[in-house]
Amino acid sequence: MSLLFKGRPQGAKDSRVGLVQTLFMICVAHVRQGLSSLGELWRQPVASVMTVAVLGLSITLPSTLYILVKNTEKISAGWEQASEISLFLKKETNAASSQQLLTRLKTWPEIDSVTFIPADDALKEFQQLSGLGDAMAYLEANPLPDVVLVTPAEKYVTPAAAQRLLEKLKQQREVDVGKLDIEWLERLYGLLDIARELVTLIGGLLFISVVLIIGNTIRLNILSKKDEILVMKLVGATDAFIHRPFLYTGFWYGLLGGLIAWLAVIIILWWMDSSIQAFASLYQKEFNITGLTGSALLTMLGLSVTLGLVGSLISVQRHVREIEPK
Amino acid sequence: MIKFEQVSKTYPGGQRALSKVNFHVAPGEMAFLTGHSGAGKSTLLKLISIMERPTVGRVLINGHDLNVIKRRQIAYIRRDIGMIFQSHQLLMDKSVFDNVALPLIIEGYTHKETSRRVHAALDMVGLRAKARDLPIMLSGGEQQRVGIARAVVNKPPLLLADEPTGNLDPKLSMEIVRLFEDFNQAGVSVLIATHDLGLIARMRYRTLTLKDGCMITDGLDDGSQESYS
Repeated sequence: MSLLFKGRPQGAKDSRVGLVQTLFMICVAHVRQGLSSLGELWRQPVASVMTVAVLGLSITLPSTLYILVKNTEKISAGWEQASEISLFLKKETNAASSQQLLTRLKTWPEIDSVTFIPADDALKEFQQLSGLGDAMAYLEANPLPDVVLVTPAEKYVTPAAAQRLLEKLKQQREVDVGKLDIEWLERLYGLLDIARELVTLIGGLLFISVVLIIGNTIRLNILSKKDEILVMKLVGATDAFIHRPFLYTGFWYGLLGGLIAWLAVIIILWWMDSSIQAFASLYQKEFNITGLTGSALLTMLGLSVTLGLVGSLISVQRHVREIEPK
Repeated sequence: MIKFEQVSKTYPGGQRALSKVNFHVAPGEMAFLTGHSGAGKSTLLKLISIMERPTVGRVLINGHDLNVIKRRQIAYIRRDIGMIFQSHQLLMDKSVFDNVALPLIIEGYTHKETSRRVHAALDMVGLRAKARDLPIMLSGGEQQRVGIARAVVNKPPLLLADEPTGNLDPKLSMEIVRLFEDFNQAGVSVLIATHDLGLIARMRYRTLTLKDGCMITDGLDDGSQESYS
């Protein structure tokens, strides 16, 4: 409705068309503007490809790191199953009471299996492995205690549960010292935490730079269309109407950039796959990288489109306002 | 229709473009605005289309004070005002049809309605056959007529023209002014800024004359007084 002339129709809203047709027209207008923005990108292929590539590659790096961290977490979750508790028995424990302890422990529901290593066997093994075999011969008595290796049942393999089991085992009167072999795992988790934070940090910085790059590209677009924007403002275009094609440009940059990022991640992981397989085979493990699922693709596309839109939004808000007919 | 009440405009830097201008153009009236370069004609038109705001005083269109119009409402105000410029302000990479259709697309008319109205407007200015041409292929007079078609395509109640005949020879100028007369007879208020005194003399319409930002004559110009300069 006209602000100055009461009753004067202004545009489709006031002309005699139904709500459905009005909505339909709005959709048509959006599709038309969206496609024409895509057409503009197509007409300047070099500039567009460069912008899209910057966006795509900037998303590729954090995405690849994220997938690698996720996979490392998955493998280490597998290793955690093997966590073992070593119980060093008191010197005065004799063979009979050791056997009693073993029998008792086997009945515990928390425990999957127990292995007894007598002190003599442990000494022999130590002599072989340490290279101190000759020195050992001078020892008057075997300094090593009997050892019981306890493998927790499946439900008790998490660090916290294993820790509780360890405390309980220490209460046994034959046990001198108990040791839970998860320190290295905790260190790995610590490293993974750092890696995750690095991913966030690198991602954050790259995303900010992407927003700035898109913003600047859209700014140049706006400046190159200054005359057109002036004419549109003169004949009564609202800011929103003028913004729309640029926002669509941002959207297309984002969508295409996201697709490039997805392709790049696939290629990188495929390229790294052989070295990862070689590494995994050292541990006699079958291992396949996962993470390139449909939802990962959607996340990357969503992220990329968001970055494109945010960049163009910041730019149009600032620069379209500056262009006023004089 | 257009009313100026004690309007002064001083640009940043102290340059005084208009001082205490009063006048009223009635609905359905056609008037010329004249004065030599720098007298304030363009500034006066810019105050009506809210490209500039008055320093002092009020500009009213149809009784509405433009001072209370907010920035985001300006676009809607401009839809009620058909504007024609000496430099045409056409989009050179778009066809004549697309140029004239722009105000309708902005207002969201259906494709069918847009097409009907654009062809009607081009008919009025006699350019129907050139709808598919680019403005660059047209002569100066034809380009001006495309600008006029664009200004009237959404049937605004008010038409402003800034030196519409500035680059045209007398015969073409007359054709353009005849077009404005046609719209005026259809009920549109028309205000034409021009320094083409010969043209004004032949037309015998109300003439507002500006000199150094002041309104010095307001009345029918019979052509005898060429004294403002």
